[in-house]
Amino acid sequence: MSIRRRDFLKIAGVSAIAGIGGVSALSLLKIKGSEASSYIEDPKTLKGKRWAIAIDIQKFQTPEDYARVINACHSIHNVPDIGNPKEEIKWIWTESYEHSFPSQDYGNPYIQDHLKKKPFLVLCNHCDNPPCVRVCPTKATFKRKSDGIVMMDMHRCIGCRFCMAGCPYGARSFNWRDPRPYIKKINPEFPARMKGVVEKCTFCYQRIAVGLQPACVEASKGAMIFGDLADPNSEIRRVLSSRYTIRRKPELGTNPSIFYIIGG
Amino acid sequence: MLETALKGSRTYWIWILFLLTIIGIGLIFYIKQFIVGLGITGMSRDVSWGFYISQFTFLVGIAASGVMVVLPYYLHNYKAFGRITILGEFLAIAAVLMCMLFIFVDLGQPLRVLNVILHPTPNSVMFYDMIVLSGYLFLNALVGWTALSSERKGVPPPKWLKIFVIISIVWAPSIHTVTAFLYQGLPGKHFWMTAIMAARFLASAFSSGPALLIILALIIRKFTKFDPGKEAIQALGKIVTYFMITNVFFLGLEFFTAFYSAIPAHTHPFVYLYAGLEGYNKLVPLMWLSNILAIISLVLLVIPQLRRNEMLLAIASVCVFFSLWIDKGFGLIVGGFVPNSFEKITEYWPTIPEVLIALGVWSIGFLVLTILYKIAVSVREEVGSIDIHH
Repeated sequence: MSIRRRDFLKIAGVSAIAGIGGVSALSLLKIKGSEASSYIEDPKTLKGKRWAIAIDIQKFQTPEDYARVINACHSIHNVPDIGNPKEEIKWIWTESYEHSFPSQDYGNPYIQDHLKKKPFLVLCNHCDNPPCVRVCPTKATFKRKSDGIVMMDMHRCIGCRFCMAGCPYGARSFNWRDPRPYIKKINPEFPARMKGVVEKCTFCYQRIAVGLQPACVEASKGAMIFGDLADPNSEIRRVLSSRYTIRRKPELGTNPSIFYIIGG
Repeated sequence: MLETALKGSRTYWIWILFLLTIIGIGLIFYIKQFIVGLGITGMSRDVSWGFYISQFTFLVGIAASGVMVVLPYYLHNYKAFGRITILGEFLAIAAVLMCMLFIFVDLGQPLRVLNVILHPTPNSVMFYDMIVLSGYLFLNALVGWTALSSERKGVPPPKWLKIFVIISIVWAPSIHTVTAFLYQGLPGKHFWMTAIMAARFLASAFSSGPALLIILALIIRKFTKFDPGKEAIQALGKIVTYFMITNVFFLGLEFFTAFYSAIPAHTHPFVYLYAGLEGYNKLVPLMWLSNILAIISLVLLVIPQLRRNEMLLAIASVCVFFSLWIDKGFGLIVGGFVPNSFEKITEYWPTIPEVLIALGVWSIGFLVLTILYKIAVSVREEVGSIDIHH
């Protein structure tokens, strides 16, 4: 039986389409269990079901208090200093009260002076219901089931920046160019990124895995409290139940895990 | 039939050469972007989507509008559209190709694009966008090519084709609805968080697409022996008129909701786009140009005596096309990011390399369109048929 060139091309075309679709369908059917679990866990690993941080804003007094926390994070995570606000990459930084909580009290000129002038630390909120995870087309950003950390797989990210549009907190940065020349001192313990991928705070998953608290919390000297929201006896739960705290844009239903201790 | 695209007049080859030159320039700058990164564009941490994604959004509309000629012809047996149905289908093919390319050039890691298929994520609207766009491309290629082949042989198209035609009619609105869903479901993006986004997208698509088709039909009539027909062009003119009115009405609804409620987060993007906010006003002249073009087009379209004049209809179509290109192919995306999540303002303006890459993609689209139209027109000239029996 001979096959005409035209028919061959038709069959080849249809098979190619079916092939691509087939791979997709197979991956969808695959058993959900792709989280890394094939390594032996360090016995020192901190155990928690939903990590959170409470920031005691009264304990941040001098610019040095903020700088110490920010540098601790940015230096160990190889966050570059590009020097151009448009291409800026930041994992934790400061914003004014008005800009951190725009929906909380829009344009209220009568607010306490200390709040009006105070810088607030902002970072990824590790939302319980993260919009960035919802929109990511490749699962490059995902919520870790074991402890609720919103993770980033920089090797899978295609750089479509849908997550940046989806995040209502402006927590995500994109590598508009190769970041390596802008890293002052590379920390060989943590991967540096390449151009074209999105990055953000990952709650120091690598430190939690070896029993350490996140770098910012450690550097804050007690001004930031890290703990498990699911554990009623944790220090963070005690603090949250005894002092007045607020979260950023709670009306969006994202359920952030970063709390700001405002009152005594 | 492809061979008919290889024989053409001097003008035809000059046009092809011109497009290839622009594609070449775009490619050179794309290579630069590939090496350096998206830092060569005007996008930023705050305005993280720009010219590429807005072109994509606009072109999905152009692609979807193919249904405006396919539906009356196949479902209502509107004979006048028999001659231009193929033009609508081929325009859809070129537009979807451009959409895909604009997504591709916007990616930070383009070599990983297959991750969307390797790690399918049904909770992401992007996943559905990939499905509907590739499906629509397939449907239009199948229907257009098969119908044209039958026409060349002088036989009616095969019966099974009708099923695909009907699927493509239902499919067309879905591509633009899904594209609107990329934006309208994002918490905290007040400008996009509006239930009428998808409807507005369809209204602007069904006016800008047929407007482009009118312009293309007139060009074809001028340069070839094939006449798409006065009646068909006038019918397209009516479609443009009604959908342009609908589009402007929908935009009015957005204004009412934002300004009567007076919620600052909802008014700010509109104020930024049309008047400037806190001294930032880069887009204001463009947005007003869009408004003025819309008004001119409506005057020319709504008054029947003016619309019936083909010259004025052509002018109205150009006005509609550019008005909506500014509105959707620029302002809509940028407005979503200004002000940013901190209610601060970072402005956006595309860089020269970014515009040249975009022009390159448009030229690829027009090259595909030219080739497809050349084939369609050659078949028509060859068959010399006035009445086409499908």
